[in-house]
Amino acid sequence: MADRPEQAAGKGANKPSLSLHVPEPTYRPGDPVDFAHITVPAAGKQARPDETCDAIETSDLCYDLVRVLGDDNKAHGPWDPKLDPDTLRTMLGHFAMVRAFDERMFRGQRQGKTSFYMKCTGEEATSISAAMALASDDMIFPSYRQQGILIARGYPIVEMINQIYSNKGDKLKGRQLPIMYSSREHSFFSISGNLATQTPQAVGWAMASAIKGDSRIAATWVGEGSTAEGDFHSACTFATVYNAPVILNVINNQWAISSFSGFAGAERTTFAARALGYGLAGLRIDGNDPLAVYAAEKWAADRARANAGPTLIEHFTYRAEGHSTSDDPSGYRSAQEREEWPLGDPVTRLKNHLIELGEWDEERQAAMDLKCAEEVKAATKEAEKNGILGHGLHHPFRTMFQDVYEDLPWHLEEQAAQAKREREIKWPGEEPWS
Amino acid sequence: MAIELKMPALSPTMEEGTLAKWLVKEGDEVSSGDILAEIETDKATMEFESIDEGTVGQILVAEGTENVAVGTVIAMLDGEGEEASAAPAPTPATEAVPAEPAPAPAPVKSEPKQDPEIPHGTNMATVTVREALRDGMAEEMRRDERVFVMGEEVAEYQGAYKVTQGLLDEFGPKRVIDTPITEYGFAGIGTGAAMGGLRPIVEFMTFNFAMQAIDHIINSAAKTNYMSGGQMRCPIVFRGPNGAASRVGAQHSQNYGPWYASVPGLVVIAPYDSSDAKGLMKAAIRCEDPVVFLENELVYGRSFELPELDDHVLPIGKARIMREGSDVTIVSYSIGVGLALEAAGELAGEGIDAEVIDLRTLRPLDKQAVLDSLAKTNRVVIAEEGWPTCGIASEITAICMEEGFDHLDAPVTRVCNEDVPLPYAANLEKLALIDTPRIVEAVKKVCYRA
Repeated sequence: MADRPEQAAGKGANKPSLSLHVPEPTYRPGDPVDFAHITVPAAGKQARPDETCDAIETSDLCYDLVRVLGDDNKAHGPWDPKLDPDTLRTMLGHFAMVRAFDERMFRGQRQGKTSFYMKCTGEEATSISAAMALASDDMIFPSYRQQGILIARGYPIVEMINQIYSNKGDKLKGRQLPIMYSSREHSFFSISGNLATQTPQAVGWAMASAIKGDSRIAATWVGEGSTAEGDFHSACTFATVYNAPVILNVINNQWAISSFSGFAGAERTTFAARALGYGLAGLRIDGNDPLAVYAAEKWAADRARANAGPTLIEHFTYRAEGHSTSDDPSGYRSAQEREEWPLGDPVTRLKNHLIELGEWDEERQAAMDLKCAEEVKAATKEAEKNGILGHGLHHPFRTMFQDVYEDLPWHLEEQAAQAKREREIKWPGEEPWS
Repeated sequence: MAIELKMPALSPTMEEGTLAKWLVKEGDEVSSGDILAEIETDKATMEFESIDEGTVGQILVAEGTENVAVGTVIAMLDGEGEEASAAPAPTPATEAVPAEPAPAPAPVKSEPKQDPEIPHGTNMATVTVREALRDGMAEEMRRDERVFVMGEEVAEYQGAYKVTQGLLDEFGPKRVIDTPITEYGFAGIGTGAAMGGLRPIVEFMTFNFAMQAIDHIINSAAKTNYMSGGQMRCPIVFRGPNGAASRVGAQHSQNYGPWYASVPGLVVIAPYDSSDAKGLMKAAIRCEDPVVFLENELVYGRSFELPELDDHVLPIGKARIMREGSDVTIVSYSIGVGLALEAAGELAGEGIDAEVIDLRTLRPLDKQAVLDSLAKTNRVVIAEEGWPTCGIASEITAICMEEGFDHLDAPVTRVCNEDVPLPYAANLEKLALIDTPRIVEAVKKVCYRA
């Protein structure tokens, strides 16, 4: 134990000894799961303050759970965004597409077509429904499980697959890890492999937008585990100090690889309640309720656009699959958790809502799922023409020296020229730059 | 048309795995999504699914086979597989065809050299670097109850790269501690715990993530002794994989050896083999100064001889002659040592007798070992898996210039990675990284044999 200074040696022996608490998740592999301790309030019972309210008025909502879709598959209460059936069907279409895409890419990884993939199963609403509530040119600073945003914004899935395969069609020239997309055209910032760095950057972007007198806002996504990063706290501080037009989406999917949310502080309070100490507006919402997600994101976007301030939204959801293709969750959590998750599945809930409205049926759903699977299959074949991982159809050799600097500096010119000479000697007659 | 089913890469860094079990047999009809086999990596057991429809043809790799390289054809799938004809035949990457060498001079005989720190006649076991590191930590934890490990995923998950395997079971959750995700946070917590009299081992999932913790490593840990006027120490080990792995991209492939080695107050260790990994890990934990202990993900799984000693502790700050030679000195550390030894083997066949020096410790640097070797061979090449600018290679070059100038018969030469962020794509990644042919070429140049 820590040594006491010499003069205090022997003192304190009669005082109670301190003990350290190490969080432990409720369920481990093989354990029966009972989520009775998670309070699920009735849909429609949560108050909806005005978007321009003082942040303090959202205090209760930081400990509650905003829900719209009830067990009766109907929309309830003041948070009902009252979306028309066409919009709901569009949302369901994006859901189906993301699921089909994840399914195919996951299997493609198992087949060796890429080295890495991450599914977003169970969390689709937190990206798709949120993206649909934003303007198409609002700037997105995602984490790594927001493929739904790109799909909702119409980014071609062939381009996504080209990136995942790191082939010669890859717009990022074979430089980024699979799934770390980037699209300026779709206001979608380059995904970073370093956790939570996107959060202060989103706040900085939003501040710049305000400085320039622009009308666009920024939104960022971060996992509950990553809220432990210092970057997240800097983001909150700057957001509140400068009243930045930004939305901080915390995706509380319960697991950060094998570390449960308790390691980020969930045993003591909610993630939404982090907002209160900073003076941010905070909302804790049912992340598996597509209508609640849409409504909360819209509320926060309207608030930011009205210069009324930033919002922290905790999306309470569940990571139904492994962290990534490199992870095997059966080693650390009970398989029953997914079955017993009390907030259900976002795709099923939206589908049942549309059926309840008389605007959808199982036949159309089955046909749509099939159509998405076919579309993804066709896109996969199209992308495979550009090559798959390790099959040689990559970006040409010369690109290695490009984009390190705006202009090629002298030493890289020298290295490139030397490399070219060596290739000409090794493979005479072949195009040395290819 | 038959489709080749290949050993899949189940993680970004997997190079081989065990085909644990076949769940289908020859002649079975399978459809897309069916599970064909179970494959084990050092990280997890994974299910290998069929992406195509068809009939299982010949099974080429039997279940239970270990070390099956990624890309090996493990079975054939016959049938109307949708991918079979639609996808164009992939063009294999062009392989270098080495030119026929001129009649070789008589090969030199030089054998790898045993570490003089290890008593002659000691029994040797074959152990992976991963296990050697774990054993080093476990022995020190048994010996000294102040020692504990903390970091992301070190406990329940047994470490992202399984280096802390078994430690939670033996030492419990108060000495093997999973942390919140904040390198900056737990580097500071560890520094405080070290000031408070404990001996923390802080694992970074990779040193790339430690960039946000560098303020605590350099401004807190490395300066505690100095700024307290010698009243307080900070005996802490910051450890984890460093350098490039396989296809983990520009943000996750960097060598921080030169960064930390430039800082007074730090000890920086970068071992290559199992004996050094264990012996120096134990020394690092016992060290009263903060130690940055740089491992390498690609080396974790490699097996080396490890002396069977009750207490295998090696001195910090001593380089090791890995192979004796008389014509040229190749200085390296960490994964570069393997490449340097390979190059020395190749050069021996062409009559060049290369000495290979593993620095092992980057700060304090054993410059005498380098200068002694230079005095013997008169030529130095430094092989460093890292960027060429301001590297350890640059430092060695300066030392040779300043203190070994009169012994030099050729310019000291650096062999490093290209000066660009490391690309993800496999072909470009390979081209950007240091390799054996480049070391061989540099050696020939300084020997005026090119």
